[in-house]
Amino acid sequence: MAVAAQPLPSHQEKGGLLSWITTVDHKKIGLLYLYTTFFFFLVGGTEALIVRTQLAWSNLKIVSPDLYNQIFTMHGTTMIFLVVVPIFAGFGNYFLPLMIGARDMAFPKLNMLSYWLAFFGGVTLNLSFFLGGAPNAGWTSYAPLSTTAYSSGTGIDFWILGLLMIGTSSTLGAINFIVTTLTMRCPGMKLTEAPMFVWSMMITSLMVLFSTPMITVALIVLLLDRNFGTQFFSVPGGGDPLLWQNLFWFYSHPAVYIMVLPAMGIVSEVLPVFSRKPLFGHAFIAWSSVFIAVLGFAVWAHHMFQVGSPLSVDTFFSAASMVIAVPTGIKIFNWIGTLWGGAIRLTSAMLFALGFIGMFVIGGLSGVMLAVVPVNWQVHDTYFVVAHLHYVLFGGSVFGFFAGFYYWYPKVIGRKMNETLGKIHFWIQVVGFNLTFFGMHIVGLLGMPRRIYTYASGQGWDTYNFISTIGAFIIALGVLLFVINWFMSMKSGEAAGDNPWGGATLEWATSSPPPPHNFDKIPTVHGLNPLWEGDPHLK
Amino acid sequence: MNARRLLIATGLIVIVALVIAVLPAMAQGGTDCPTCPVSFNTPSILDPNSFAATETVTLFYVVLGIAASIFVLVEALLIISVLRFRNRPASEAIQIHGNTKLEIMWTAIPALILAVLLGFTLRSMANIRAPVSGDAIKVKVTGHQWWWEFNYPDLKITTANQLVVPIGKKIDVELTTVDVQHGFWVPQLFGKMDAVAGHTNHMNFSVNNIGEYGGQCTQMCGEEHAQMRFSVVTVSAADFQKWATDQQQPAPAPAGDAATRGQKTVIEKCAACHTIGGTTAVGKVGPNLTHVASRDFIAGGILKRTDDNLKLWIQNPQAVKVGAKMPNLGLDSQAINDVVAYLGTLK
Repeated sequence: MAVAAQPLPSHQEKGGLLSWITTVDHKKIGLLYLYTTFFFFLVGGTEALIVRTQLAWSNLKIVSPDLYNQIFTMHGTTMIFLVVVPIFAGFGNYFLPLMIGARDMAFPKLNMLSYWLAFFGGVTLNLSFFLGGAPNAGWTSYAPLSTTAYSSGTGIDFWILGLLMIGTSSTLGAINFIVTTLTMRCPGMKLTEAPMFVWSMMITSLMVLFSTPMITVALIVLLLDRNFGTQFFSVPGGGDPLLWQNLFWFYSHPAVYIMVLPAMGIVSEVLPVFSRKPLFGHAFIAWSSVFIAVLGFAVWAHHMFQVGSPLSVDTFFSAASMVIAVPTGIKIFNWIGTLWGGAIRLTSAMLFALGFIGMFVIGGLSGVMLAVVPVNWQVHDTYFVVAHLHYVLFGGSVFGFFAGFYYWYPKVIGRKMNETLGKIHFWIQVVGFNLTFFGMHIVGLLGMPRRIYTYASGQGWDTYNFISTIGAFIIALGVLLFVINWFMSMKSGEAAGDNPWGGATLEWATSSPPPPHNFDKIPTVHGLNPLWEGDPHLK
Repeated sequence: MNARRLLIATGLIVIVALVIAVLPAMAQGGTDCPTCPVSFNTPSILDPNSFAATETVTLFYVVLGIAASIFVLVEALLIISVLRFRNRPASEAIQIHGNTKLEIMWTAIPALILAVLLGFTLRSMANIRAPVSGDAIKVKVTGHQWWWEFNYPDLKITTANQLVVPIGKKIDVELTTVDVQHGFWVPQLFGKMDAVAGHTNHMNFSVNNIGEYGGQCTQMCGEEHAQMRFSVVTVSAADFQKWATDQQQPAPAPAGDAATRGQKTVIEKCAACHTIGGTTAVGKVGPNLTHVASRDFIAGGILKRTDDNLKLWIQNPQAVKVGAKMPNLGLDSQAINDVVAYLGTLK
């Protein structure tokens, strides 16, 4: 129904560094997140290259044992808390309001606070390298090793403070995403007909809201134990180190779904556009996310099968961990159903979305193997687990990130990335990734534990490690090409227009880049895929 | 931008970086290294030598078979759908929204497969962790930063680094730690169990074949987590009897000047941390040395027990294993030779 359009207030776009530091605009904040998290991706990646160089052969002495322990701790902590968790907050910030036809997030100033907390959390964590040593007890920081009795420096305290800031950032961001999605959808957009990326971000944010407080508590209690004389995790004072593990994993297990659900949302956006048909089984995919989110809170002790719990406890967590494979499987099959009978265009974005599926299947299957408790008793804390986690986090979440990046770059910049370079990047990434991580399944079966700074020769582990190291440098090559493509395309990429891919969702209904107010007129929609309804030429 | 030139340039940069990174590995490969950690035969879980390991490997192959089949099916479907439906005109894309019957099927079938898998899992769990009944040898395993202590309470034997057991007999393990969490694992014999502070964990195993099986700590436990190794040595019942009888003897009186001087130095300098049965050395911080010469390894299972290695270790433990709790004792080379001579008599 037509209403006389209100004249928009005149808006002067501020430029310069100050505008970036003081911005409350969701698009600028989204970009701040993306730049910051990608920078930390490079930091974490460099840490990985140091690890792989040290492990390239047996008995190497590239770094000292303590420095190695700091580096792998920071690699894990950085990649999880400074990269994969916030990077999708970056995409979410930029695109969630656009995709629901809103002008900004519900709480722009809270949004700004979320970003700066994440930024300073990352800075605090990394300052530890220069101020007495980085944390060195692994990203899981188990007690009693992480208590002052066994870690008397300040590294763990930096870890705690950095993560407290990042956790708060996450929680505030989650509140913002949930309220925005629930209250600011444009006319006609039912919650069940919101785009799958929006739905994924909302479900993820609900997980963040319920899980992050648990690690906040764990971190505060550890801070108290370390600095204020409490003994929650210390046996001499009546405490129990297992309390740390339960508190930690109660958050950190849902955290892995927090890291992968948005990437799955991106895959659910990219596949239909480049198959030119709707997502197959929208309802099943949406409900499977809900299932994963709820069940994700019931599996945490599958990280603890070897601590000596009664068999009844192990049984419950084994069963729950197997059940969670079912909704994941539904997604995979529904995605293949989306491809089937389509008109597939193999753009860089599409290749990475397909790569996600291919690699995530492997990670999911090794996850099912890990749910089989006696197998877990053998392969827990070995490179088999390192393989599994990288297949789901790198082959999954990071590939999903690249898919979203190639897909949405034209909307943000107004130019497309170079497609030839993008395809080369994809193939180099796939080869490098599998070279690095596939052999880790095997070397774990051959008895190689995790978190060791070196290993003995003559145990059959050297060659697998050597190949992994080569693979890691190939991954670095891919990332380098990606960064070059990113920056060169900003100047010389092909002009994109509003909807270069023929997308179906509302972000493609405005200019590239969008104006500060997103839409001249808030759109009204009538169901899924608003840009495709009634206009087959747009597909 | 020329994609090919860019690829070649960045490729060259990365290859140079890689070569620099692996040069140390290449330089080292193949050279003999007497002070490098000992290696055991590949401690593979696929080489089971006990009931528990065999049961686990069988289950592993079952789940691997299921996983491999699903892998082939799904990846084939993925690749086929991409190859078959790519680069077609847009008008040929079938505009379907789903197929409820199909979706229910691919929910129910995986659920069924997993239910069967769960059944196998539960059965194996019960078999492997069945409590010990009847005749068993009790061993208390205690994790320390960064070595393993083995105590046989009924036999009154305390040793370290090598766990000697008789073939076919149930070994009833009580596992704990004096400091941080450690992981007790011998891949060829049993799945791992953590040594948790304030808890005593129970597990048991029996070995089917005579041999030595390498083990390692699996729970990140600090600076030298990577060098906290041990082995299980399985011998015949008769050999175990002989070993136990020998281990139950106190340390013999030293013979010869060097060994006599060495014992004096050891009691003076080492008694604070080490026990030597039958002497006044009753320290409990480090491994029991009463029969150290009956063992093949020192320094937390990483160095062969040769005279040279012993000298190296005693002279400067930090150089061998940085962070080790054993301090530099400031002994001169004469004193070290004497100590090594004495320790060599502690068979």
